Amino acid sequence: MHWNSLGEFLAMGNHGLYVWGSVVVMAVLMVAEPMLLLRGRKTLLERLKRQYRAERSEATRARAVSNHRSTA
Amino acid sequence: MTERAINWFRYASPQAFYPLAGRMIPWFWALAALFGVAGLSIGFLLAPTDAQQGEGYRIIFLHVPASWLSMFIYLVMAFWAGIGLAFNIRLSGMMASALAPTGALFAFLSLWTGALWGKPMWGTWWVWDARLTSELILLFLYIGFIALQAAIDDPRRADKAGAILALVGVVNIPIIYFSVKWWNTLHQGASVSLTKAPSMAAMMLWGMLLCALGCWMYSIAIALMRVRTIMLERERHTDWVRELLTEQE
Repeated sequence: MHWNSLGEFLAMGNHGLYVWGSVVVMAVLMVAEPMLLLRGRKTLLERLKRQYRAERSEATRARAVSNHRSTA
Repeated sequence: MTERAINWFRYASPQAFYPLAGRMIPWFWALAALFGVAGLSIGFLLAPTDAQQGEGYRIIFLHVPASWLSMFIYLVMAFWAGIGLAFNIRLSGMMASALAPTGALFAFLSLWTGALWGKPMWGTWWVWDARLTSELILLFLYIGFIALQAAIDDPRRADKAGAILALVGVVNIPIIYFSVKWWNTLHQGASVSLTKAPSMAAMMLWGMLLCALGCWMYSIAIALMRVRTIMLERERHTDWVRELLTEQE
């Protein structure tokens, strides 16, 4: 271990602001990117499923109507 | 042998690649975490103080991986875009689109960490010199690629237009890489090169390489995740996507 204390580690030899400013921004962005992706994916899946469901019920209704006509 | 060749081509179809990518993603996340933790532990806990730059040099463990990846992802993106343009393979265009945002992210991080490193060491956040300016142009190329694709409704045409932009922009990569040799610049020369022994302590070098590997694995995991979403979006009218999503209910 290179450091003698936590304070020394955080101070980074008076360069703490620069070092931790880099670390924090990089960490935040690299956590945010997969989270945004997962959220976007969830929204897309919901939209597509809704769309497919609507199309299926539309098709069922159309079939019912045509069956009704042919028996009448 | 022929059978194996056919198997590889099979994965050029989104339908076959989608589940394969899904199985690979957790492995790349695990590798990213492993290399990232190892690299950061070495870099931030074990590596010695730099003789010239004190502790501030530790930004190198973020800055160099981000910069390498920003250039490398661009090459991979341009490669896929070129393949897509030449052979009209759907998956190639999707791969290029999936890589662009992550490349832009690393280009931004390269500039950000570079600015925070430049201030204490050079006394300035930014200079308009060759290395910094060409890296900024790289960020603009990524943003341009994303914006151009977003502006064209037909995905196949968007792929083609994006591919041309990506291929023309490749000229910028050697400019970034060699800028520290070709022009006088504040930016230091390469610490690691293919032709000579690295000019840094072994511990620092290992920390940097492991962090770069971590970023690399992260990029693969992210690109695979994004390409899967792009596949569903673009192939939503096909039977395989319909079956996949209605099966899950």
